[in-house]
Amino acid sequence: MLAAVISLGVMGAAFGVILGIASKKFAVQIDPKVQEILSALPGANCGSCGFPGCEGFAEGVVGGETKPSACSPGGQSLYEKIAAILGTEVSDYEERKVAQRLCQGGIGQSRMLYRYEGIEDCHAAFAAFKGPKACNYGCIRLGSCVKVCPFGAIESGADGLPVVDYYKCTGCNKCVEECPQNIFRLVGITHLANVRCVNTDKGKDAKNACSVACIKCKLCEKNCPEDAVHVVPYGTGTVAVIDYEKCTNCGICATKCPTKAIDIIPPISEEVILKSEEHASAGCQRCEVCQ
Amino acid sequence: MRKASFKGGIHPHGYKELTSGKAAVPAHVPDRVYIPLSQHIGAPCSALVLAGDKVKKGQKIGEGKGFVTAPIHASVSGTVAGIELKEHPGGSFVPCVVIENDGKDEWAETVKPNKAPAGLDSQELRKIIFEAGIVGMGGATFPSHVKYSPVEGKKAEVVILNGIECEPYLTSDHRLMVEKPERIVAGLRYIMRSVCCGRGIIAVEDNKMDAVSLLEKAVAGEGGITVQVLKEKYPQGSEKQLIYACTGKQVPVGGLPLDVGVIVNNVGTAVAVAEAVEYGIPLIERYVTLSGSGISEPANYLVRIGTLFKDLIDQSGGYAGEIEKIIAGGLMMGKTVFSDEVPVVKGSSGIVIIRDEAKRKFKEVNCVRCAKCVDACPIFLEPTTLVKLAKLRAWDEAEQLNVTSCIECGSCVYGCPAHIPLVQYIRRVKQAVLAAKAKDKK
Repeated sequence: MLAAVISLGVMGAAFGVILGIASKKFAVQIDPKVQEILSALPGANCGSCGFPGCEGFAEGVVGGETKPSACSPGGQSLYEKIAAILGTEVSDYEERKVAQRLCQGGIGQSRMLYRYEGIEDCHAAFAAFKGPKACNYGCIRLGSCVKVCPFGAIESGADGLPVVDYYKCTGCNKCVEECPQNIFRLVGITHLANVRCVNTDKGKDAKNACSVACIKCKLCEKNCPEDAVHVVPYGTGTVAVIDYEKCTNCGICATKCPTKAIDIIPPISEEVILKSEEHASAGCQRCEVCQ
Repeated sequence: MRKASFKGGIHPHGYKELTSGKAAVPAHVPDRVYIPLSQHIGAPCSALVLAGDKVKKGQKIGEGKGFVTAPIHASVSGTVAGIELKEHPGGSFVPCVVIENDGKDEWAETVKPNKAPAGLDSQELRKIIFEAGIVGMGGATFPSHVKYSPVEGKKAEVVILNGIECEPYLTSDHRLMVEKPERIVAGLRYIMRSVCCGRGIIAVEDNKMDAVSLLEKAVAGEGGITVQVLKEKYPQGSEKQLIYACTGKQVPVGGLPLDVGVIVNNVGTAVAVAEAVEYGIPLIERYVTLSGSGISEPANYLVRIGTLFKDLIDQSGGYAGEIEKIIAGGLMMGKTVFSDEVPVVKGSSGIVIIRDEAKRKFKEVNCVRCAKCVDACPIFLEPTTLVKLAKLRAWDEAEQLNVTSCIECGSCVYGCPAHIPLVQYIRRVKQAVLAAKAKDKK
């Protein structure tokens, strides 16, 4: 008994000394700023900054390889925090961007060419005649964006179309990259009017494929008091596009559009915007557990 | 003697008896043909004709830029009605030249017999093959002149003609071998000359012994050409499996058959080469099998390129009851098309129509880890692992497991007791891996 205690005790002490020396001799220098920034980041490892995870981004910021604003989920409060840690000035205020789905062709709106059977993946359906809808440009409605969103901000709605929760969306760009039809666009959160169609076919063909398609009638263009919306060349044809620099959210285009391809979303209340910024600054990942 | 084959693979029911005994009849030439401007792997063609132009049979109407492309020819004489976007059997929308048939079937002046086909050297032969728009007619539609062009440091030692036709239902190659064995051998001679090699093999499965005896008669006295009989198994018609079965050589991962000194061609391609070299006729018609449970009278047809599926179906007495799907190509690897207004292209070996039957509706359930797919995979992948990685969107790990080598033959799906559409998942991974590679290149 005694021998065991002594021998283990001696071994423990010896190893302790060796480990102590090793930890001093082979210590890895970590910039404390990296740790501080890392704890301030949202921590979702979404990759929207272009770095492999939040730690890589933190190192990149300290090393001067990237700007704090590359972290789109963080928002303004994060940029201020990072500036405080690094002792630099905060860059200009950048509006929080959210993903807008530029297609309203839900079940009932779009004509179907065939019934799709197979794996629930938009890319798989896209390989067969650009999806089962008659419209070759719109949402395929198999939810690849829902699966790819790291913040759980996209859900499949009742009409099959993905619905973006503007509160949860951080503008990380994942859905934009994933969508085979390119129907997501990052738009500033205060911009409420959107042309929700990217069908560039001629008006008649577009209308034949989907009841809520942009038919290039130019009524929006003629009625816009700010000259902010135009039917412009886009992809292989033309489609109406809003210039967000000029748009004042008056909503005239949405009321004039004969197919309701332009819609105006209810303004997101200041409270929600503030709350989301506030939560982000507290390290909130918008998981909704607290609610 | 034990007949050679490859490792892995499956034995699906062939259903070949529906059409194997029926001689190919020339299909009714329709009033309008739709000739897609892209019927091959490589650069798509741009049209050389405008609406209102008069064209003759065999006239070149489309031409592509670059080396990897194949020109396209009019399959009837008549007037160009315009260029329309139409469904392509490959699963996309492709611009098609629409020609109103005048019924005269006049040949273009460019089509004339070659006086001395025996005196042509390999370069001249390749030029004729390119001008005739010949592509691999087994379904992959790779331009033939590219395949025959010499690659530095690599020498073709043997040309294998693929007469396997392992896909269920299809009998178009079978009928071709029975009806035109001499033309196949003549075409093989020209192919061997254009790649400068002295050995040729015609590979046929043992379910087509009538073709074997006819081919053996045709090759008698022709030095360097042999007929090799292989054991029936799917997917023996796949290039790499066929090379292994015939020569025992394995094509390296990511490599080409030429890496092991082999060139593989379909028997249909050989016939097209013979027609082009001797008579100057471009590729404007092919053998097509129309079969399946959903067609009244399954048959083999000699079809002009650009004929709509609908025209052939009408000739075969229409559909037999409610149909579930129309498959362009074979049952295993063909692509389902949603309409019968799809034109026959250079790579259309068959049309399979399946009747709507409730008993075939399955639902995907969880993998039971039986590894049937692993046993069946002819290229020794682990399909079940790849599907798991696909669901996790772990593209990098899947790439390390050589997912891009998958030939999408469907052997794994055939035996899966959980009805998992493995090939669809694997195809999705391949797509993602290739997209990531293209992004890295930029």
